[in-house]
Amino acid sequence: MKLRIAVIGAGIVGSLISRELSKYDLELHLIEKNPDVGWGTTKANSAIIHAGYDDPPGTMRARFCVLGNELYGELSRELDFDFRRIGSHVVAFTEEEMEILEDLMDRGMKNGVQNLRILDREELLSMEPNLNPSVKASLWAPSAGITEPWEVAISAVENAMENGLNLHLNERVLEISVERGKVRRVKTNKGEYDVDIVINCAGVHADDIAKMAGAEPFDILPRKGEYILLDEDAHVVNSIIFPTPTKKSKGILILPTIDGGTLLGPTAEDLPKSKKDDLETTKDGIERIKRACLKLVPSLNFSRVLKTFAGMRAETKKMDFIIGKTKVWGFINVAGMRSPGLTAAPAIAKYVVEKIIQEDLGVGLERKKNFKPFRKRIPHIENYGLEEWEEVVKKDPRFGKMVCFCNKVSEGEIVEAIKRGARTLDGVKFRTKAGFGKCQGGFCTLRILEIMSRELGIPIEEIKLNNDEASMMNGKVRE
Amino acid sequence: MKKEKVDVLVVGGGAGGIAGAISASRYGVKTLLIEREDRVGGVLNQCIHNGFGVLVYGEELTGPEFLFKLLEESKGDFEVRSGETVLRILKDEKVVITVSKRGITCYEVGALVVATGARERPFSTLMIPGPRVSGIYTAGVVQKMVNIYNRLPGKKAMVLGSGDIGLIMARRLKLEGVDVLGVIEIKDEVGGSLRNFVQCLRDFEIPLLTKHTISKVHGNGRIKGVTVVEVDENFKPIDGSGKFFEIDTLVVSVGLIPQNQILEGLVEFDPINGGPVVDDLQRTNIEWIFSAGNSIAIHDLVDFVYEEGVVAGRNAARLALGERLPRRKLKLVRGKNIGVMVPNYLTGDENRVKMYMRVRKTMEGGELRVQGGRVRKYNFKVRPGQMLDVVLDVGRLSFPTGERIESCEVEFHEDRASR
Repeated sequence: MKLRIAVIGAGIVGSLISRELSKYDLELHLIEKNPDVGWGTTKANSAIIHAGYDDPPGTMRARFCVLGNELYGELSRELDFDFRRIGSHVVAFTEEEMEILEDLMDRGMKNGVQNLRILDREELLSMEPNLNPSVKASLWAPSAGITEPWEVAISAVENAMENGLNLHLNERVLEISVERGKVRRVKTNKGEYDVDIVINCAGVHADDIAKMAGAEPFDILPRKGEYILLDEDAHVVNSIIFPTPTKKSKGILILPTIDGGTLLGPTAEDLPKSKKDDLETTKDGIERIKRACLKLVPSLNFSRVLKTFAGMRAETKKMDFIIGKTKVWGFINVAGMRSPGLTAAPAIAKYVVEKIIQEDLGVGLERKKNFKPFRKRIPHIENYGLEEWEEVVKKDPRFGKMVCFCNKVSEGEIVEAIKRGARTLDGVKFRTKAGFGKCQGGFCTLRILEIMSRELGIPIEEIKLNNDEASMMNGKVRE
Repeated sequence: MKKEKVDVLVVGGGAGGIAGAISASRYGVKTLLIEREDRVGGVLNQCIHNGFGVLVYGEELTGPEFLFKLLEESKGDFEVRSGETVLRILKDEKVVITVSKRGITCYEVGALVVATGARERPFSTLMIPGPRVSGIYTAGVVQKMVNIYNRLPGKKAMVLGSGDIGLIMARRLKLEGVDVLGVIEIKDEVGGSLRNFVQCLRDFEIPLLTKHTISKVHGNGRIKGVTVVEVDENFKPIDGSGKFFEIDTLVVSVGLIPQNQILEGLVEFDPINGGPVVDDLQRTNIEWIFSAGNSIAIHDLVDFVYEEGVVAGRNAARLALGERLPRRKLKLVRGKNIGVMVPNYLTGDENRVKMYMRVRKTMEGGELRVQGGRVRKYNFKVRPGQMLDVVLDVGRLSFPTGERIESCEVEFHEDRASR
């Protein structure tokens, strides 16, 4: 009988662990309570692949951040997602802050970060001319980069599914049975799975899952971060700009997004455990972002705002990741994935599979001979030459029909996103970036719903924005 | 990649583009109109209320009726291709590259008319706090949903912003049995026309809440309500004035924005109009590119858009026929209380030029002056929400001699006597 593994939570960590496990011969399940992959913390964060100088040497955060950063280049080629090493600056405005830069540089070198350099004001301003001219210096880390986190998760799951993963969406874990100290069964609202190993990647809810299994208890402390996104005309900075960090967080930063927009944020608001799903933006949060970012770039133009949003991070009391086996044999925690969780995820995935499962639990895994490492993204006109796109359209004319005009997303892409599993408007939007442009879906929302209705064979009014509560329409005007 | 030669290429199949294509094709030039949607007509298709065509056809038509008349006018004179989207414009080569189900096409053109209309300002840009929920739509989306898709957005709605489409959709939803609790307007007066205020709100007993805005959205999945607050003269919420309204639909009508991405970085823009700078020939600063309608500035009436389209099409045809068009001679500059203004330059080519403009602030009355001389006297209230159209007698202006361009001030003077 094959070894049976269930991964709980299809965020960035659960997705990459699933993909890593799909290299081996086993029965693999990924269970996600949301209707799609990557809709928790993965969907709303700063999207940074950190260099690795922030966390104290010896912590798991520091170790996996540096290792994960190194893996992103190859991973992005295999899974065909966007990743660009644009570098990061930590900027200092005072003598005290300059001392902190030196400490960060020391720490970075101890953590194994390459090519760190302290830049003087002149060099910094030549790279980032929009910065506040009263800056004094920066810590420049060329290995830092940006990506599209949900795209990483989607690409990993698509690839893992091609290699045999069973994905279970809209499934909430209700019970985890343990027999004779070993994890045995996972019960969800839809079914039961007999398992040998369970990997807890449940994000801000990981503490609840650990409790279900009767593993050593811990607390996930939800920390909300709000953001402001500016449109692609804003052109504010070329790289990631951090203020000098405080004990609590890396501060409110400014960075370019993969799409050419500008992201401002996040705030860091600690919430009670009962508010893990509170993703509301607040007046206070937005004002705080504005103030902090104006200090970094005084010429910021807020008439370029496209939207605001909030995400939830999973902080822990011990201020480090919680990764490892537990007293319940076969139950593994991968929790507390706040920053640099995104960066660390590929390295954590390898660690869980190679170290925890194979060494700590002593379970031998057999590599598949026919593992397919490559996944291709949905074809998009902006990634092709005109002659090449002509060929794409010749094969399927729907790729010539634009649906989202702002981001030039074709009908062919919408159809392909549905084929790959999108069942909600957000599912299509996050896979294709239709509706992410300046008009924010004004022109394409109804057209996308129409295509979804046709492709899925369901009435247009039944399609949801994201979850079951998020209806888009209320019946016909007249029969 | 297909290559094609066209004398006049018109981009955008709304009122401005169709008028432009009709006008160009009358000169006997090969004219092609491309439209990115499946059918031409633009927003006319979904505007089933009346009020269209008073100036152009001398009668009150609905949007689809206006479109029908336009298409009747144009029968067979030019080709229309729908489902085709512009990808690139090559300035020096006079080439326009498009994509459609037929593939990539490279048009070598004599002249280009861009009439790409407007888009609606999205709710998300207002930065109103709250969760991300469904049930919030711009008025144009609701209009399309109800009138084209035959679907209702919800049961209980409020409208944010009292622009014309917002007012019209308040009435439309009420007519279809939706409970419309009110229209919220941050300014102290209605944003759209007075006619629409009377016919859409007053006649249907829909409250208008001026000097109010939304301070918070509530809901989980779908919108469940909004907190509405009163604002002071600086549009800042007044503490303690918040009131909760339970709704499942928020219709947003907070402004239209000229849509002209295909010209960005290519032609000179007027930051106040939000679109390309044009002269009285509707020509941009690129000799072979013309633009008309809402893609250069937001107009109130489709008739204005039509008129500009006619001018753009005519002059594009003249250029395509090899005529040397006159250069810019007078630069119209905004003086007192002038906001949106079209055109920006005069060539002196025509004796009578139609100008369109908006005042910045409401005035009880006054007069419009160009180069110091009175063009028109207004004995009624003028508001930013209402576009003023005047015919300028260009023969009475003094034009510079020689090569230089002179400035010419356009101003709106408050008429003290009429106060």
